[in-house]
Amino acid sequence: MTQEADQIFVLAKHWLMGYVPAVAQPIASAVLSIVPVLIAFPLLFAITTVLERKGLGRIQNRYGPNRTGPAGFFQPIADGIKSLTKEDIVPLTADQAVHFLAPVLLVVAAFLAYAVLPIGRNMVIVNLNAGVLFFFAVGSVVELSVFMAGWSSRSKYSLLGAMRAIAQMISYEVPLVLASVVVIMEAGSLSTVSIVERQAGYTGIWPHWYLFTPWGLVGFFLFMVAATAESNRSPFDLPEGESEIIAGYYIEYSGFKFALFFLGEYLGMFATSGMAITLFLGGWAAPFSFLTWIPSYIWFFVKLLTLIGFFIWIRGTLPRLRMDQLMNLAWEFILPMALLNMLIAGIWHFMQPGVVRWLVCLAIVAVPCILLRQGLKRRKKFQVRTYRYAD
Amino acid sequence: MVGEGILKGMVETARNFLGSYVEKERLTTVQYPEERIPQVEAARNFPFLVYDGPNWQQGMRCVGCQICEKECPPKCIFIEKSKDKKPDAVGKPQFYPAVFNIDISVCMSCQICVEVCPFDAIKMDVEYDLPTDDRFGGLLLNKQKLSKSNEYYHEIHPTEASAVDGALAEERAKVKAAADAKAAAAPAKPLAPATAASPVSPTGETK
Amino acid sequence: MTLTFLILAAITVAGTAAAMGMRNAVHCVLALTVGFAGVAALYLQLDAQFVGLTQIMVYVGAVAILAVFAIMMTHTPAPEQPPAFSSHWILGGLVAAAVFAVLAWAIGSSAVSMQPLPAEPAVGVQQIGAALMDRYVLPLEIMGLLLTAALIGAVVIAMDRKEDRQ
Repeated sequence: MTQEADQIFVLAKHWLMGYVPAVAQPIASAVLSIVPVLIAFPLLFAITTVLERKGLGRIQNRYGPNRTGPAGFFQPIADGIKSLTKEDIVPLTADQAVHFLAPVLLVVAAFLAYAVLPIGRNMVIVNLNAGVLFFFAVGSVVELSVFMAGWSSRSKYSLLGAMRAIAQMISYEVPLVLASVVVIMEAGSLSTVSIVERQAGYTGIWPHWYLFTPWGLVGFFLFMVAATAESNRSPFDLPEGESEIIAGYYIEYSGFKFALFFLGEYLGMFATSGMAITLFLGGWAAPFSFLTWIPSYIWFFVKLLTLIGFFIWIRGTLPRLRMDQLMNLAWEFILPMALLNMLIAGIWHFMQPGVVRWLVCLAIVAVPCILLRQGLKRRKKFQVRTYRYAD
Repeated sequence: MVGEGILKGMVETARNFLGSYVEKERLTTVQYPEERIPQVEAARNFPFLVYDGPNWQQGMRCVGCQICEKECPPKCIFIEKSKDKKPDAVGKPQFYPAVFNIDISVCMSCQICVEVCPFDAIKMDVEYDLPTDDRFGGLLLNKQKLSKSNEYYHEIHPTEASAVDGALAEERAKVKAAADAKAAAAPAKPLAPATAASPVSPTGETK
Repeated sequence: MTLTFLILAAITVAGTAAAMGMRNAVHCVLALTVGFAGVAALYLQLDAQFVGLTQIMVYVGAVAILAVFAIMMTHTPAPEQPPAFSSHWILGGLVAAAVFAVLAWAIGSSAVSMQPLPAEPAVGVQQIGAALMDRYVLPLEIMGLLLTAALIGAVVIAMDRKEDRQ
């Protein structure tokens, strides 16, 4: 019974494929795999917008939206209708074709990344041999779309925002990839399906997730920081900072294209969270061996919602980082820690299992971290503040 | 410790989040229009005309003196005095306003009309929920819409209304006392010479 | 010459031809990016997953961004250049056709294309990695040194000097 509940989508797809003539089998198979993803993740986007507004509201001691629908959960429908019926203003001197294509490219790239995420047991759209590499390759297309948006609007604010956004995304792409290299080293494969299957075992009740290793812990933390920066999310949301640069690179967009940018950004956030879950949190595997009766896709979405909750929590807590602080963090702190992480992953692999290798690996990563932090803090000199009062 | 500030911040926001479900005094939002903040007594919005007694036309205190119309800075009051008279609170026949319009899209709630009215006939209302979809006619309040009872005045401004009632009662008592004294003095005078002189029959014949 | 190959080849050729012919510099770079993506798709069609995906990651994700940054920092929002057509285009076309014919004959009659097509080797990422660490480790290390030198050079050029600031 639980086996069928777990594989219900796979069985449904096989049943439907039985009705498709042999000529159209490949196309039908592709369509039937893609359509659930195209439905589920925009739906999750809608729910996330409400949850984020209500969550931020409660953190700030106020109600979030609570008028539209039960407890405000029809708010995304209202937002959707609003963005669809708003006038689509394109600046007169803007580059019409590029201006139109930028949000399209963003959404296409964001959706492409879901092709390699294993959402449940046997539920991956395409099992690429180099799945993780595909994911990062598609992620680097997003920067091009950001540039297109910023340049085509022919506005100084949007160009400035686009430059900052691209610089930020390029800087954080290197730690993102390096943080995932440790998992690839340990798993020995670039295929997301095999990475998850290696984490699906249990010793006693404890799972084999890569999170429960020192390099996995550090790698997960670094990956999440880099993912927050890649999706332009607070505290790294200077490119789209609403109070600094108005809306950054999508300042000249209105109506549905703006909604598409929003959709693309959130989909990118879900995709990188999904990759973090696949690499470090065991994908669709249950956390304890006595919970495996819950279907695998439920676990994936529970973990995804937990990570989204963390994103919202961090957004409500931390102030925005300045551009130079952002870049310093990436190149001076995150990148060296990612390289150290690779070192301890190698050491972990070749030492005997036990407490000793835990202590050694943690020491090798913790001591430089603390020293680096002290060094960076000492190097930062605060300017002498002079206050001028009106007399 | 590395990252201490961030962790402390996250604990604080978590406490805010969870506390907002448990402690009711964290959420200070007043969910208008289901909940409203009660207004202070001295609140004011637009004027209204006070009437005493059950009949708004009969008991209206306004006598159409047009002082408020002349003193109003944006000239939002329009009064037409009546041609006939009606008895007022002490029984004297008085003019009354045939037409009394206030344009509340112009009124700036300065309360000057209240301050200059010698008859305590116009006072400030506190009602702010006056939306309408008619920009011109819907915001022009006529005499009937402006008339509200003295009991209503007591509800919205209790101390002020009691003071006004006290002052008006004093005035009326003074007027009554003066009238009584005059009535007492007038019959006493013709009676006194009548008793001194010979009795005069009602028909005026002397015997 | 399957249909997929024809479509991808058409996209690639169209992209690169547009990159040469367009007037706006940014449009040229974007058309060139389409050409890069076409080449990557051709690699993927040949089952060379690692090379194809690395092509996307490096060319579309980094080289195109580099070109775009160069344009952003140097060009003013450009007055459109007139198309560069010279009056001797017939002669130029003949020369290009002759070069193409020579190249086609050379490739077609070379030793590589004379052999029968071997069975597709299943070269996965693992084999590439093992070969890089095993047989090609020296070129790998030299390339690493080269890249480090380039990185240091870029940092030195872009660093603001203390004496300039004072």
